[in-house]
Amino acid sequence: MSEPAVSTRHVFSSTLLEAAKINSAIFAISSDSKGSVTMDDFEKALPAQFVEAGIAEQDAVGIAAGLSKSGKRVFVCGPASFYSARSLEQVKVDVAYAASDVKVIGISGGLSYGALGSTHHSLHDLAVMRTFPGLGVFLPCDNYQTAAVTRYLSANAGPVYMRLGRSPALDVYAAGCGQSFMPGQAVTLREGTDCAIIAAGETVQGALGAALLLEKEGIKARVLDFWSIKPIDREAIVKAARESGMLFTVEEHSVYGGLGSAVAEIVVQECPVPMKIVGVPDEWVPSGSPKELFDYYGFTSAKLAATIKAGLKAKGKR
Amino acid sequence: MIFAAKGGHIGGSLSSVDILVSLYFHAMQYDVAHFADFAKRDSFILSKGHSVEGLYCILAKAGFFPEVKLAEYGNFGTMLYGHPTPKVPGIELPSGSLGHGLAVGVGMALAAKRDGLKRRIFVLMGDGEQAEGSVWEAAMAASNFGLDNLVAIIDNNNLQISGPVDSVMRSSPLGAKYESFGWTVREANGHDLSALNAAFDEVPWEKGKPNMLIAKTIKGYGASFMENKAAWHHKTPTKEELDQAMLELDRAAEEI
Repeated sequence: MSEPAVSTRHVFSSTLLEAAKINSAIFAISSDSKGSVTMDDFEKALPAQFVEAGIAEQDAVGIAAGLSKSGKRVFVCGPASFYSARSLEQVKVDVAYAASDVKVIGISGGLSYGALGSTHHSLHDLAVMRTFPGLGVFLPCDNYQTAAVTRYLSANAGPVYMRLGRSPALDVYAAGCGQSFMPGQAVTLREGTDCAIIAAGETVQGALGAALLLEKEGIKARVLDFWSIKPIDREAIVKAARESGMLFTVEEHSVYGGLGSAVAEIVVQECPVPMKIVGVPDEWVPSGSPKELFDYYGFTSAKLAATIKAGLKAKGKR
Repeated sequence: MIFAAKGGHIGGSLSSVDILVSLYFHAMQYDVAHFADFAKRDSFILSKGHSVEGLYCILAKAGFFPEVKLAEYGNFGTMLYGHPTPKVPGIELPSGSLGHGLAVGVGMALAAKRDGLKRRIFVLMGDGEQAEGSVWEAAMAASNFGLDNLVAIIDNNNLQISGPVDSVMRSSPLGAKYESFGWTVREANGHDLSALNAAFDEVPWEKGKPNMLIAKTIKGYGASFMENKAAWHHKTPTKEELDQAMLELDRAAEEI
């Protein structure tokens, strides 16, 4: 697995541009974020399908809803931290409640702004977005998946929140692997019945690495990519719980209300097994690069493998 | 309707209903039977969503749904919520949280411009609503994009829940504020149908500028005991008050 030259943001914007060249109903909106989203090429190629809203996320989302009710499929793009908080009510009312064909694309999500601090982190977005009925919540992990999900969004109507990262993400899926993605369907990346690791977005990479390390010690961990946080794959959760007996979730998000909570809601009601939620604890994040923060919070392969070993031991499973 | 449901935003509904009459029975182009085809019609957004009772009556009168449906208001499971939703024929977007409608109207007007459509977008806001910052983001964008096909109306009854608008949070001078944001601004008596009709007929008032009509209105208009009383923002009339209001409105109708 190698680090690609471009980030998922680039892959998103270039994939969207290709789709918008064919479908003139596809619009993109920026809130002074076209540089950070890498939308310059889009604006140059298709100025009639691009809208600059200025530093005004509430306005950008409202405008997106208005465009969508006039026959457009609208991608409103900017930092996840702002779109999931400042304009949250517009996402709730004008996008989700209104069933608008608007895709809210939160870039530089989670901890990816690193040392810029908690104003710029989005560690609450999954918690709030997944409570709005009808809103899809997607978290691609690498370039291949970002391109595939972007193509899906370009071709299908309905309100969606998609979070992307900032720096190039290591490939989970090989280019040209042919893997397809449908909302509500998790992808099994590794089979295993000693435990299951459920991850989404840029923590999938660490989950895979941890599974490799654990295998060397005779522990076979199933690894599931839960890129579709909502709709969620209930069946895959129940199956993993029944077959492995212990679940570990890992997310670049608060331990409250995110992927771990979504999985736990199903586990406790349908197939109670021990679970450990790995995420950002209830604290404001220290200053550090995304890599340092991933290590600090235990999302790296080595730290995650250690957490899983300790968890299995504590539950008497090893 | 509000009497039977034992609750409703009666004051604001009465202050804005003449504006709705002018829009739905004079100014706006629409075809109830082909409402889904937005390209050939105008659009209306009730940003002050709490005045929905008046809108329901107008939509029923215009033929979007049978008038007998109005009796369902306040019942469990009715499509007639206490704020607008697209479940109601003729309503395109939900509203109720203030400060949302103008930005959505900007999106619609911008789409019409990009698509070369003649349609116009009307957005009705409250004067208390002007304290929402998102209104001014949209006001800035409307003029930035030169949306002369956008018509915003402020139901300027100068009363909100807690009292007179200018004593709760001063919004005046509204006209000067919108002018400085690049809008073309007019004032009219919001209960004078011929003045409202004339203003809407002349849109766009200035090429390349969004239109702002400040409609001077009276909260609770038509029922003397409700007029200009903040207490009637959300209140249910007693049977005696209802009879009194209906008597006054009937008398006024006879005079017309």
